[in-house]
Amino acid sequence: MRTAFIQELIRQARLHPEVFLVVGDLGFSVVESFRDEFPDRFLNVGVAEQNMTGVAAGLASEGYHVFTYSIADFPTLRCLEQIRNDVCYHNLAVTIVAVGGGVAYGTLGYSHHAVEDFAVMRALPNMTVVAPADPVEVRLVTGALVALKGPSYLRLGKTGESILHVMEPKWVFGRAMMLRAGGDVVLVSAGDAVTVALKVGELLEDKGVSAGVLSMVTVNPLDQESLVHAAETAKLVVVVESHGSRGGLSDAVARCISGCRAAVMFFTLDVDTYVRQGVCGSRKYLSEKYGLNPLYITEAIGDRLSALRGAVRIDT
Amino acid sequence: MLEIISSRLLASKIRIHALRMVHQANSSHIGSCLSCADILAVLHTDILHVNPRHPQCAERDRLIFSKGHAAAALYAVLAEQGFFPLAELKTYCQNGARLTGHASHHVPGVEVSVGSLGHGLPLGCGKALAAKRQGASWSVFVVISDGELDEGSNWEAILFAPHHRLDNLIVVVDYNKIQSLGVVSETLELEPLAEKFRGFRWAVREIDGHDHNAIRNALQSVPWEPGKPSCLIAHTIKGKGVSFMENKLLWHYKAPDVAQLEEALRQIGSDT
Repeated sequence: MRTAFIQELIRQARLHPEVFLVVGDLGFSVVESFRDEFPDRFLNVGVAEQNMTGVAAGLASEGYHVFTYSIADFPTLRCLEQIRNDVCYHNLAVTIVAVGGGVAYGTLGYSHHAVEDFAVMRALPNMTVVAPADPVEVRLVTGALVALKGPSYLRLGKTGESILHVMEPKWVFGRAMMLRAGGDVVLVSAGDAVTVALKVGELLEDKGVSAGVLSMVTVNPLDQESLVHAAETAKLVVVVESHGSRGGLSDAVARCISGCRAAVMFFTLDVDTYVRQGVCGSRKYLSEKYGLNPLYITEAIGDRLSALRGAVRIDT
Repeated sequence: MLEIISSRLLASKIRIHALRMVHQANSSHIGSCLSCADILAVLHTDILHVNPRHPQCAERDRLIFSKGHAAAALYAVLAEQGFFPLAELKTYCQNGARLTGHASHHVPGVEVSVGSLGHGLPLGCGKALAAKRQGASWSVFVVISDGELDEGSNWEAILFAPHHRLDNLIVVVDYNKIQSLGVVSETLELEPLAEKFRGFRWAVREIDGHDHNAIRNALQSVPWEPGKPSCLIAHTIKGKGVSFMENKLLWHYKAPDVAQLEEALRQIGSDT
């Protein structure tokens, strides 16, 4: 996803002279092409995220749209007060880009995992929170964020993500995208967890359950219309996210559909247990061990459907 | 000579307004306001190219008042200079007013909202860099406090500015030697402060922060070294101008009561 991001950012920078990229000494083999084409709109501030964000806010206050860029929690938690006071309170055009949302940096360990970023970023005023699911969505949202001209947080994967949109989708900022149609269960997700949701959808379909998958794209603002429609027409809404259990997409969705008729389930990363155990692992290993195993999720959904009155029976 | 009287008069007015505002609002930080009144006065009479009728004009010099807790002093100088009506100073810290207890960018003439220390200098670096990249000739002045220099975010910026040759950036340190629980030297010693900035490749001068000529001469001749940002260490006295407030930690917090206000105003007035 990071390659798709930088390619689109370059395209945007050619069209918009105010686009400026500030990195925190990261982006090797990713950002060089931007730096080489736009040396006067590129800055490496070194390993100094508070200054990165303060400088970004200063530049933005003088007319630039600044993209700050680092990995995991570095561009957010390390400089959260700068984001809150300098960027959001002044409503400045600063987009904070984090490569490696969730446990994408796997074996590098907890310090390099962004598993509370949704919770923190969506709490801030004026902050748009975006989590594209594949390189196609990355391209679409990057242009939209340039046009937005306000504070935003862009959570990317890392590399190697599959393309989920075979055809160029029609997309309007703030709307979710249906990646898979289905009416009994609607899986709601964002970012790299959409791949997990799609896998679960396939497994449910094999067992005779009609399962739809929504890629929310924007965690804030949430596409309430699509969610409410799903929660009024399906039996069960299932949220899947590469994020801790508190404050993320799950909570945003719950608040949105709390009055609707569908039952709801949440599948998040069990960060509390992960931290206690201190186990090393790849993204896939850690995701599946700590809550996002598609087989386990499918089974749990099956059990829930069975328990609901008038549920579709499935064979386990 | 007229200019010297003008900045002296303005500094007295800043002190008088700040005392009244802090008394009326029963708020804190009068000592902090009094220590930077002279710096603010000279900046506005002789240094900054700003236009009160057009506070956002593109070619203005940017003043980032990072020690935001001395907002009363900043608001006072801006009102005196015509950025907004003097009468509005009475609304300081009142319900529904825009003159919040820490400097707010919703007030004409205030560049950025501050309050949490250590934010102003990185912001100033961003603005100074923008000027360089855009080929603009305006300067960025950042006023910071000594306690504020405890914040690590400043030092990231202090590394950054000389590296990027931001000689359009000028920092003024209001060095009144007292912070929130005691003196600077016993809390987190900053000395040798000038050497620190020099070591970080800044051009540095030290002056008496209440000597208008010294402030003026220093700030009129920036940048002192081409390619280097400038740091003016202004040695000041917390509570300057009011004998019973000078060098007292108490006046970081306490608002003067009616009798204390009267005596303070009398002292400032007789000084004018």
